[in-house]
Amino acid sequence: METTKTFWLPEQASTFADAVDWAFGLYFWISLFFFALIIGLITYFVLRYARKRPEQMASGQMIHNTMLELSWTIIPLLIVMGLFFIGMRGYWHMRVAPSDAVTIDVVGRKWSWSFDYTQGFSNDTLVVPVHQPVRLRVTSTDVLHSFFIPAFRAKADVIPGRYHSLWFEATRTGVFPVLCTQYCGTNHSFMLSAVKVLEREEYDEWLKGAAEAAGGGGMTPAEFGATVYTKRGCNACHSPDGKPGIGPTWQGLWGKSRPLTNGSSVLADEAYIRQSILEPPTQVVAGFQPIMPPYKGIISDREIEAVIAYIQTLK
Amino acid sequence: MSAHAENINYFKASKGFMSWLVTVDHKRIGLMYLASILLFFITGGVYAGLFRLELWGPLPGFISPDTYNHLFTMHGVIMVFLVVVPGIPGALGNFLLPLQLGAKDLAFPKLNITSLYLYWIGAVIALFSLTQGRADSGWTFYAPYSLSQNPAVLWMLVAAFILGFSSILTGLNFIVTIHKMRAPGMTWFRMPLFVWALYATGIMQVFATPVLGITLLLLLMENFFRIGIFDPALGGDPLLMQHFFWFYSHPAVYIIVVPAFGVVSELIATFSRKDIFGYKFIAFSSVAITIIGFLVWGHHMFVSGQSEVADTIFSFLTFFTAVPSAIKVFNWTTTLYQGSIKLTTPMLYALQFLFNFTIGGLTGIVLGILSVDIHLHDTYFVVSHFHYVAMGSTMIAFIGGIYYWWPKMTGRMFNETWGRLAAVLVFLGFNLTFFAQLIMGSQGSPRRYYNYLTEFQIYHQISTAGIVVLALGLFMALFNLLISLKNGAIAPQNPWGARTLEWTHAETPPVLYNFTETPVVTQGPYEYPTEKV
Repeated sequence: METTKTFWLPEQASTFADAVDWAFGLYFWISLFFFALIIGLITYFVLRYARKRPEQMASGQMIHNTMLELSWTIIPLLIVMGLFFIGMRGYWHMRVAPSDAVTIDVVGRKWSWSFDYTQGFSNDTLVVPVHQPVRLRVTSTDVLHSFFIPAFRAKADVIPGRYHSLWFEATRTGVFPVLCTQYCGTNHSFMLSAVKVLEREEYDEWLKGAAEAAGGGGMTPAEFGATVYTKRGCNACHSPDGKPGIGPTWQGLWGKSRPLTNGSSVLADEAYIRQSILEPPTQVVAGFQPIMPPYKGIISDREIEAVIAYIQTLK
Repeated sequence: MSAHAENINYFKASKGFMSWLVTVDHKRIGLMYLASILLFFITGGVYAGLFRLELWGPLPGFISPDTYNHLFTMHGVIMVFLVVVPGIPGALGNFLLPLQLGAKDLAFPKLNITSLYLYWIGAVIALFSLTQGRADSGWTFYAPYSLSQNPAVLWMLVAAFILGFSSILTGLNFIVTIHKMRAPGMTWFRMPLFVWALYATGIMQVFATPVLGITLLLLLMENFFRIGIFDPALGGDPLLMQHFFWFYSHPAVYIIVVPAFGVVSELIATFSRKDIFGYKFIAFSSVAITIIGFLVWGHHMFVSGQSEVADTIFSFLTFFTAVPSAIKVFNWTTTLYQGSIKLTTPMLYALQFLFNFTIGGLTGIVLGILSVDIHLHDTYFVVSHFHYVAMGSTMIAFIGGIYYWWPKMTGRMFNETWGRLAAVLVFLGFNLTFFAQLIMGSQGSPRRYYNYLTEFQIYHQISTAGIVVLALGLFMALFNLLISLKNGAIAPQNPWGARTLEWTHAETPPVLYNFTETPVVTQGPYEYPTEKV
């Protein structure tokens, strides 16, 4: 396979790479032009106006030139505004995952990565299908890390106690390095993994095999979440089917705006659910009492993720 | 010339070790700053040399990962807090500000020596931390990693906290001096651009540094009392720490580079015998950059998890700092037009400043492009960009400034041939070291990596070879100056034919109170005659 690696940039293997590299390339030529212009002029002036006699004075004292000053203010301003828009467009595209994206949980810890699949197993390398948008929901169990796939031009900081996300769509099969780019201590530079991009059929087969191999009968997070729902006693107050209870029902909860007792409202997303489980008094839904006990230190991240997956199925 | 003590040059005005320790003379304080800063520049450089040597190969070499992490932390902390931040203002600013304004001293001479003592206390505590373990937090002290209760990190936080006060007091002193101590006729637009630069720097030191102090204090409190501020395990927010940190540390980049703008303006004017093109623009843009510089800290956090709206706004504002910097480069370049240019040693540093700063600025703009920054963030590209500014621009201008004012400070001329040769070696060594890092960075090599992918080895080797050339050049430059103290020709009052007061009205070396008579200023700082060629 021919490589797409260039002098400046690594090989390309995601749908972002083209746009990022195009912006980089455009900017490279613009900056090369200005660099050559400035260094060329300096060199010319230094040679042309070299002092030949010790007492020699300057041959002119130009200190203003309105046309020059206007042009070297306006032209760079227009260029950087153009660059801003190019960067903003590309960035917003990178930040909003398509609705058909497959979600995989990524947990960073000193000093390894864990990829948790919705089929109920974890893996130490990231395996994804080609031409399929994949959304990574990343979090850390200890300090800051940062998840970086150079070939995909994708990166996001991995923050303890928080979800952050990134997405990509691989454009070719192969194996590409995964690096940690936020300093995290002794083995920061050994916190490596790989992303393996497979054809769709190969991926499905791998998924099946891996799920079976992981045991647990291939329970999905949603199925696991349903067991957590009863095991942790959520069912005492929250109904899964819209029945009123001591706490709000989980049916139709996902993705809704939640009015809170303090008058504000919050979107029911992963962060909201996580926070509501760990520290319930911080966001009590209007019309309910702040009586739920905090689950901080009791429930595992794995269980929270499962509950989130379960709530997502309760449409 | 009378025989009064105040008319004797400042070296001879009083004698003995104690006379230096208790001095309130800004010139002596400047020289003591200079010696201290150069000492720490060498120390920080040795740390860099050691880990660059380790990076010659990708596999574990002669040091362990923990040692590597300690080395780059020490390099960063020393170079930022003990060298580039206090550097030009502490050494050159202290020495020159009253001389360039036509004043006897700074507004608060005792506060000035206090700043120096705080610098020394901070420095001693930073060194003391070495006895308490190995600080390994990086100079950025990101939480929660820096909250590991490593005693060495704690002492380092205390050191940086104290150094912050040194910086604040220097800035305050400079601002008041510039407002109140100008000689008769020294209007704002007759001030040399170096003074304008120190003024802008002073504003940032006074307004931004307290935020650093607060942040470091909060980190210390969190470490000692386990109250949740930045650590999520305690209910804190690690992004808050980053916001606080960069609210100081972005302006700090301008604290680092704006004084260099001032130095370079002086060098270019003198060695091309030209009035600076767009003087008012350079003067105001230094101040403008400091104000916009307060509003762009979030561009260090595009991948941190802050909101996309914030990312977009910070990116937008960041581009507005690019334009004034670009205009300054055009102004300096245009100043050379029709000049009478002499490539002395200081001028060679001024020209390599222009070369390096152009690269430093251009590589900064690409980091402001949101989509591209996602890829480049936390790679060697950022490391290189920062060094093109802090080392390639600030330290280069600093060295150029030391050479330029050396005759005034010491009364001796240095050897031009060795000076020029060293300047060329520094130029080659620096660019070899850091250009290689630009390439491996955009190829995706992360920073702070002890172990790296083998494909990056060639760039690391070029970089390590570069630092050897750089070190050779820097030591040559240093020895050339030191040797001149003994063997250099006696310097005349104004060897370069400059037009600012320290050259035209002050003796070489200056007398105790700078001027035997208060100068009366009747023209701008760069008014050179012209001639037909």
